[in-house]
Amino acid sequence: MITFKIACRNILRNRRRSLMTMSAIAVGATAMLLFGAFMAFLVLGFQTTTVATGGHLSVFRTGYFDYGAGNPAAYGIANYDSVKKLITDDPVLGPLVRVATPRVTLFGIAGNFAVDASKTFMGVGVVPSDREQMADWNDYHLTGHHSDRLPSALRDDDETLGVIGLGLGRILGLCQALAIPDCPPPPESAATDTAPATPDAAPDVAVDISELARRDREPVPARSTSPWPRIDLLAATAGGAPNVVSLSVAQAESQRIKELDDNYVGMHLALAQQLLYGRGEHKVTVLVLQLYHTDDMTGARNRLLALFKEHHLDLEIRDFTELTPQYHQVLGLFGSIFVFIAVIMSVIVLFTVVNTMSMSVMERTNEIGTLRAMGVRRRGIRRQFLMEGLLLGLVGASAGVLLSLIIAAIINQSGVTWMPPGQVTPTPLLLLMSGVPKLIVGTWLGLIVIAALGALVPANRAARMPVVDALRHV
Amino acid sequence: MSEDAGRPAVRLRDVVKTYEDDGLKVTAIDGISLEIQRRRFSMIVGPSGSGKTTLLNLIGCIDTPVSGSVEVNGEAVGALRDDRLTDFRARNIGFVFQNFSLMPVLSAYENIEYPLLLLGVPARERRQRTLAMLDSVGLAAQARHRPNQLSGGQKQRVAIARALVKRPEIVLADEPTANLDSRTGASIIELMRAEQREQATTFIFSTHDPQLMSFAEDTFVIRDGKLIEHRAGAMP
Ligand SMILES: Nc1ncnc2c1ncn2[C@@H]1O[C@H](COP(=O)(O)OP(=O)(O)OP(=O)(O)O)[C@@H](O)[C@H]1O
Ligand SMILES: [Mg+2]
Repeated sequence: MITFKIACRNILRNRRRSLMTMSAIAVGATAMLLFGAFMAFLVLGFQTTTVATGGHLSVFRTGYFDYGAGNPAAYGIANYDSVKKLITDDPVLGPLVRVATPRVTLFGIAGNFAVDASKTFMGVGVVPSDREQMADWNDYHLTGHHSDRLPSALRDDDETLGVIGLGLGRILGLCQALAIPDCPPPPESAATDTAPATPDAAPDVAVDISELARRDREPVPARSTSPWPRIDLLAATAGGAPNVVSLSVAQAESQRIKELDDNYVGMHLALAQQLLYGRGEHKVTVLVLQLYHTDDMTGARNRLLALFKEHHLDLEIRDFTELTPQYHQVLGLFGSIFVFIAVIMSVIVLFTVVNTMSMSVMERTNEIGTLRAMGVRRRGIRRQFLMEGLLLGLVGASAGVLLSLIIAAIINQSGVTWMPPGQVTPTPLLLLMSGVPKLIVGTWLGLIVIAALGALVPANRAARMPVVDALRHV
Repeated sequence: MSEDAGRPAVRLRDVVKTYEDDGLKVTAIDGISLEIQRRRFSMIVGPSGSGKTTLLNLIGCIDTPVSGSVEVNGEAVGALRDDRLTDFRARNIGFVFQNFSLMPVLSAYENIEYPLLLLGVPARERRQRTLAMLDSVGLAAQARHRPNQLSGGQKQRVAIARALVKRPEIVLADEPTANLDSRTGASIIELMRAEQREQATTFIFSTHDPQLMSFAEDTFVIRDGKLIEHRAGAMP
């Protein structure tokens, strides 16, 4: 108690020096926390986007992941409805799973033959209402995160409707029809330049594909009343035969990442199955699970594995971090930047405290001698100076936490936006202090410990001083 | 207590203390043997550099001799480890320094209370004794003042109160009046003399100011680290 009182008063006595030291600690804490909050915003934002579109866990037929794209029929999941039911009815998994939905992933060529444009695409066949529900996932309450999302144009009751990426819409010449922003008409020369280069091949293919399309479409009554522009999707069926379906593009959606934006076609599951499996058995390539909370992922995964084993299902699981390799890269990159900042700040704090406490010990040498003569043990002297370092750390780190909360609040209020790397739409920039409670506590504690460590060396020197020498020092 | 009566407060035997200063060996205490009687007002006198401070440091158990033995209050302090020795000082020895050496961040009251905290005296008793001590050195009105708000004489009164409040066996005062003008110095000596009588403690006091030596009950004269004279009473 007296130690505490003396420590406080000595800190107040050297107000200027204490203030400098505590400022250094506060600035260190602020730098670490603001960067940590920014990092949390990026990582959790990335996670939210990823999970809202692709779910947490993807269940594939064993081998699909490595070989399946080449033979989706062999690696499809046929009994997907019963697998889905098995999962949602499971007493452990059921409560964890927010959405369980089958999907078909496929690749092919999309053509808008009205303007002679075609492009390879990556198609996903989804259950529209499930896709819509998944898109709402926002477990971290990132305000404004989904604000730019329009309600999806896909409908459960209309298999022919589809959505495409903004980039793909532009490439296929659908700028006006889909009201795509920032989409100038192609230069006049482009069409005439390429036409002579392939004088006969291009029209031939177009004829062939439209032939196919007509042939395939005939059994299904065409909904030609649709107000949407139509494109044709060509893909190889499971059997290897070319197959074509027609898609009414109801909407162009931003896919955030350019590569995806230039390739994405979202369609009804049934349409994708028709394209991929033709008249054969309609399977799905993946069963996507979206959980309520990312923290449940490991538990859910283990339970799934047990379930598959128990029912002799030949299925394997990938989580979103495995399917999105950038996730770990982003995490690793920011992690190392954070460590870099933390190390620099810690070293600065350490040296500042060592310096401050050394000066304090020097100035109070005579006092140390007096206290020792009066009967204060070595460890009492050590405790005195440690306490002072600890208090400097405590006040500095607390001020830093407070400061970073205030700065974060100001930045979040001001509505700053930024363009994340590789993305195409500006995103509001938030400093997610609420996303990093452990980081706040850790930084706070860590800096206090560092301040105490910095005080330890001078405190030990003070404790070891021979009493007589200390007393002779005036 | 009564069986202690004949035992001296301090007994030194063949004590030698040397300092190594830049390779130069200085013999500060050169084989001193002496006994200082309990409950006396004893004075160590000698010219500057004669070894008074060194001798008091050895008696006060804050320095150790190169050879010889130091016995304080019947305890052979040379055998004690640092923590034990520190505790021994806390219980038995009060210090008054030439430069007062008060804790600048503590008030007069808190400075006097501090030794009682070290001894773990309960709060109520601590308060009583501290207030009584403040009163007897005539500083009741300055209880809340910090050292920098006190005059030199007042500071030394606080220091005396701080040394006496724990009722130590021995109080050591190394030139306690050297930083005071002669009138203030005289009043400080009188105060110490009065307190020493009242508490019946052993007071050991160093000075080279002949004006103040007249208060001594026992006088030890040292020169060049050697005891050259011991006489009961003051120097003539
Ligand atoms: N730490 C030390 N290192 C080297 N020499 C020292 C040390 N302390 C004391 N001395 C020497 O020992 C001798 C005795 O010193 P001491 O301080 O005991 O004298 P003193 O009688 O108290 O003098 P003063 O009246 O000036 O205070 C002196 O020669 C001094 O220079
Ligand atoms: Mg001296």
